[in-house]
Amino acid sequence: MKVNRSIEDINEKIRSGKAVVFTAEEIIDVIEEKGIAETAAQVDVVTTGTFGPMCSSGVFLNVGHPQPRIKLNEAFLNGVPAYAGIAAVDLYLGATSLPPADPANRNYPGDFLYGGGHVIEDLVDGKEIRLEATSYGTDCYPRKKIDTSFYLSEINEATLYNPRNAYQNYNVAVNLGDKTIYTYMGILKPNMGNANYSSAGQLSPLFNDPLLKTIGIGTRIFLGGGTGYVAWHGTQHNPSAERAENGTPKYPAATLALIGDLKQMKPKWLRGLNFLGYGATLQVGVGIPIPILNEEIMEFCAVRDEDIFAPIVDYNRGYPQREAGNLGLINYAELKSGMINIDGKKVPTASLSSYAGAREIAATLKSWIESGEFTLTVPAAGLPSVDAGIKLNTMPQRDPEEGEE
Amino acid sequence: MVKQKVVLRFPPNIVEQPTIYMLIKDFDLMVNILRADINPRKEGRLMMEISGEEANYQKAMTWLKKQGLSVMNLEQQIIWRSDRCTHCGACTVICPTAALNFERPDMVVRFEEDKCIVCELCLRACPARAMETLVDNSNFR
Ligand code: SF4
Ligand code: SF4
Repeated sequence: MKVNRSIEDINEKIRSGKAVVFTAEEIIDVIEEKGIAETAAQVDVVTTGTFGPMCSSGVFLNVGHPQPRIKLNEAFLNGVPAYAGIAAVDLYLGATSLPPADPANRNYPGDFLYGGGHVIEDLVDGKEIRLEATSYGTDCYPRKKIDTSFYLSEINEATLYNPRNAYQNYNVAVNLGDKTIYTYMGILKPNMGNANYSSAGQLSPLFNDPLLKTIGIGTRIFLGGGTGYVAWHGTQHNPSAERAENGTPKYPAATLALIGDLKQMKPKWLRGLNFLGYGATLQVGVGIPIPILNEEIMEFCAVRDEDIFAPIVDYNRGYPQREAGNLGLINYAELKSGMINIDGKKVPTASLSSYAGAREIAATLKSWIESGEFTLTVPAAGLPSVDAGIKLNTMPQRDPEEGEE
Repeated sequence: MVKQKVVLRFPPNIVEQPTIYMLIKDFDLMVNILRADINPRKEGRLMMEISGEEANYQKAMTWLKKQGLSVMNLEQQIIWRSDRCTHCGACTVICPTAALNFERPDMVVRFEEDKCIVCELCLRACPARAMETLVDNSNFR
């Protein structure tokens, strides 16, 4: 390898406004024209993006103490329950949390019009948020009840902490049954009436660094319209999933836990969503810069939709019943064409992740880097990768009533 | 000549009158019915494309309103809030007429009003609630 750049070299260029940056979509044509070696010699950073529903998202809040003080025990933000099982006025509001009064799927399929994701969007949007909470009262925290309201700017901390984002690949969902089903992959019409996928493909962060050679703990990123960091590997992180020759996994694989200050984020990139018959969630905008340290990293960024494959999975029975197997693999170029062929049947496709959004995020991150305001960080530690021997577990199911064998 | 898609709403007392027959016979209009339903409260809703002479069309509309019907242009029924649309595309496989569709290769979603038949499937299918209706159609769902 002839190119051997350090993050510090790249940051020097960023600070002097001379860094050469392309998005993961733009770089494909550049590499096509100039080849890997020449492009690697010229390009410093490739930016990626993804903007999809990410249920494992939420925000830690410290709402400050009232007078007299309270230890929040049960707390609701705009009627949506927040987790209060941490310190007195700390809360965690998760994206899928629902008001106790939501009819959920009692009126199937439920609408789930307002949940945690919507509260997060409203918070970032600067709207007034009602806080209703109760407690049991202690000598140090005597208050038993509070009903007030606040704005994001008035509370101490609001830290977005998403335990699992940016999934490296995802299932393509179909319905083999004879009735419409309502899933977190959207509405699936009977007899394979449609196939829904959820990835930005060639623009997606973890497809451009498939073996996690540059992304690590402490990598600075675009998160929700502001800056954030990679905190850890995400939950259900499964780098051991089978991979193609280009390093991209053929199944859902690596994930990231992300963190950032909500106060500098934008509602455009943190959108409350409601999936009919499934629930509420949050659409999160994530963009990760890939430093082009050498030709190997450059080659990973050359990946295109036609070289990335995802499994087609039946959400009527196969997925919910956790049956092994799938209906074959399909690449993202075919998925994006709008129509795929499954066993001779033409099936229209739709996406849940916004490709237009992903492209805008990658372009925004690119402009931040070009303007010198966003520099790259050296990870404090790497993330477990293919050699970590990680095996995805399922839930142990044993009968607690029966004593130990 | 005019050609216009409209939505008629009938109060219960005139649901059973031969309104469409009158449009054809007395006003010399051509009528293409897109969708018709009557809700449990016996209110009727009729979506159709009307074409004919401008003067006749205007007279017919005045006559319909006099009969106690409400008339709205069909394009005003479904609103795509482009500011709320995330361009995910989830609606594109749900919309039966491809009024909501992807502009390829940009993967930007667009709403072509003139193809919309006000089936309202997108209202609940859009996870970002970017599709709205100004008219309360809930009794017809
Ligand atoms: S489902 Fe809603 S947000 Fe997604 S493209 Fe359609 S209108 Fe836009
Ligand atoms: S109302 Fe029906 S036809 Fe009109 S845009 Fe929505 S889904 Fe398409």
